[in-house]
Amino acid sequence: MSSVQKREVLPVKTSNDVVIARQKVRQLAVELRFSLVDQTKLVTAASELARNALDHGKGGTMTVEVLVNGARSGLKMVFEDQGPGIANIEDALKDGFTTGAGMGLGLGGSKRLVNDFSIETEVGKGTRITAVRWR
Amino acid sequence: MERIPVLRMGSLLLITIQVDMHDKLALQLQDDVTERISEWGSTGVLIDISSLEIVDSFIGRMLANIAGMSRVLGAETVVVGMQPAVAITLVELGMSLTGVRTALSVEAGMELLYGNAFTGSEDEQRTEA
Ligand SMILES: Nc1ncnc2c1ncn2[C@@H]1O[C@H](COP(=O)(O)OP(=O)(O)OP(=O)(O)O)[C@@H](O)[C@H]1O
Ligand SMILES: [Mg+2]
Repeated sequence: MSSVQKREVLPVKTSNDVVIARQKVRQLAVELRFSLVDQTKLVTAASELARNALDHGKGGTMTVEVLVNGARSGLKMVFEDQGPGIANIEDALKDGFTTGAGMGLGLGGSKRLVNDFSIETEVGKGTRITAVRWR
Repeated sequence: MERIPVLRMGSLLLITIQVDMHDKLALQLQDDVTERISEWGSTGVLIDISSLEIVDSFIGRMLANIAGMSRVLGAETVVVGMQPAVAITLVELGMSLTGVRTALSVEAGMELLYGNAFTGSEDEQRTEA
């Protein structure tokens, strides 16, 4: 079992919050001494998921946790919103699938950028997306 | 209002993106670029992203939009200076930036654009400069 060393909750209500969320993930990724490429992957995934929570989920929160599992450490990011939910997760994960004006890359792409990825969603209630990258 | 400067360099527009982009800034930049192209008759747009620490689908879409709109107005766009870690991440994200030309440095980007603007030889290029 992994233990949580540090935990912070940030709002994702405005496009400036997305910028702040990215900066927080970068700071923690640097502290955890992730490689530059891994830092970039984490920050990019955070940017996509925070923007989704804002654009599709009407805003929500990002919770970041520093995980320690024996000799391993990792960064966990949880994006939660009380928006419309995702009707079909399989479709939403497909590259090119979008219900908005985007390119439909954010969700499937961020899944590829992390090690663990899960989506919990209920139509009309909201969405929680959890992404972890280990180092 | 906060704004990304669009500089004029002969027939080119030079844009250096240094800030963490957000929606309003991106939309403003798209407007500014199209206005400048039609005002100055620019034939090339050089976008330096060497200080960008990430390019997500939002920024990628903005770059593709600028390239698309510029092309309609008769100007080629070259994106220069993408950091290697950013390039690696972009590929994994699944973004191919189709329709956007890239070059390693500002100099290489200018060569691409001048080669485009003046179909003549290198010598002609120097007389222009
Ligand atoms: N938090 C969310 N709440 C509700 N729907 C979502 C959420 N996140 C994603 N979706 C749905 O999944 C689709 C795919 O998301 P994805 O991020 O891949 O693409 P996009 O946001 O539409 O475009 P892009 O991210 O490329 O700009 C979205 O269009 C939306 O319908
Ligand atoms: Mg998205």
